[in-house]
Amino acid sequence: MSEYLLIFISTVLVNNFVLVKFLGLCPFMSVSTKLETAIGMGLATTFVLTLSSVSSYLVHEYLLVPLGLEFLRTIAFILVIAVVVQLTEMIVHKTSPMLYQVLGIFLPLITTNCAVLGVALLNIQEKHGFIESAIYGFGAAIGFSLVLVLFAAMRERLAVADVPTVFKGAPIALITAGIMSMAFMGFAGLVKL
Amino acid sequence: MTEIAAVGMLGGLALIFGLLLGYVAVRFKVEGDPVVDKIDTILPQQQCGKCGYPGCRRYAEAIADGEADINQCPPGGEVGMLALASLLDREPKPLNTDYGVETPEMLAVIDEPTCIGCTLCIQACPVDAILGAPKHMHTVIAQECTGCELCIAPCPVDCIKMVSVAETVTSWKWPYPVWPLTVKKATPQPNPLTTQEEKNLGG
Repeated sequence: MSEYLLIFISTVLVNNFVLVKFLGLCPFMSVSTKLETAIGMGLATTFVLTLSSVSSYLVHEYLLVPLGLEFLRTIAFILVIAVVVQLTEMIVHKTSPMLYQVLGIFLPLITTNCAVLGVALLNIQEKHGFIESAIYGFGAAIGFSLVLVLFAAMRERLAVADVPTVFKGAPIALITAGIMSMAFMGFAGLVKL
Repeated sequence: MTEIAAVGMLGGLALIFGLLLGYVAVRFKVEGDPVVDKIDTILPQQQCGKCGYPGCRRYAEAIADGEADINQCPPGGEVGMLALASLLDREPKPLNTDYGVETPEMLAVIDEPTCIGCTLCIQACPVDAILGAPKHMHTVIAQECTGCELCIAPCPVDCIKMVSVAETVTSWKWPYPVWPLTVKKATPQPNPLTTQEEKNLGG
């Protein structure tokens, strides 16, 4: 049990996917201008990441390994992720139109979020089991959402701050992200796996 | 051997996923509001925005929600309004002239020697019927033009004009039997009883 907790905390804080592993930077920069959209994106990513982490583990364990086709895992995982995203979109559209309105365009965008593929591949690299994969995916998504929401809150303040003209817009956002990343490096050593 | 396994595995996986997605697409099919769809098919799809809504679909939704009235569509004209009234079981009423008057079918034509290639009309066109590039001559694709007149206002050199579409042997249709509706002012009818009484009193 404590091992699972360690995996969770280490993926959320210590090995944060965005600020320490630098995966999923594209949505991190583009969807963080407003707090509401950041929360929507975080929700959608959490859902898809957990599901795709588990299903890609299953595909790897029961299809690729028995057939000796581990070298095909990247393309197989991309297939799995695309299907999971599509499936989620359809089911959410039918079962909860409200949530569909909130998630909106972000759901299909997650297909190209490299953190999703990164989690699936890292699961294999770290030789995670079924439950560990699920926790790893969920933790990665929670970390992503946490950082996204924090960053969006900061950018809302930045938008009205007195920033020098040359730094306006993307440059100051990137500098802020860099400082945030350094702050998250401070968590290194919190958990030793 | 590995190649066959690889092709079979990926192909099989894709096939299974495809079937699954197909099944889910049928199982979790989301029906749009059927009334909105029916209203939308009656509307002329000019996307002219004369009704005050951005496009025919939005106007159809507004009618279905009870926000908008059925007489706000000048391109649809009397015929369209009557069709909407019979679909929605409402009283037919004359077109509201605040939103424009019914005109015969029109087509935008660009006076090409005058065109300066500013692309403003391209941006205004809701159906992408104008062809052209910056600083190059523009022209209207006649088959695509819905005659919505949205391109006329943005043109800085006023080189776009509307021409009526000439009826040809293939485009002629039997006219609908339509009688124009007009609002009649209720004229005060002389009450026969009182006049009779007045006469009696007078007599």
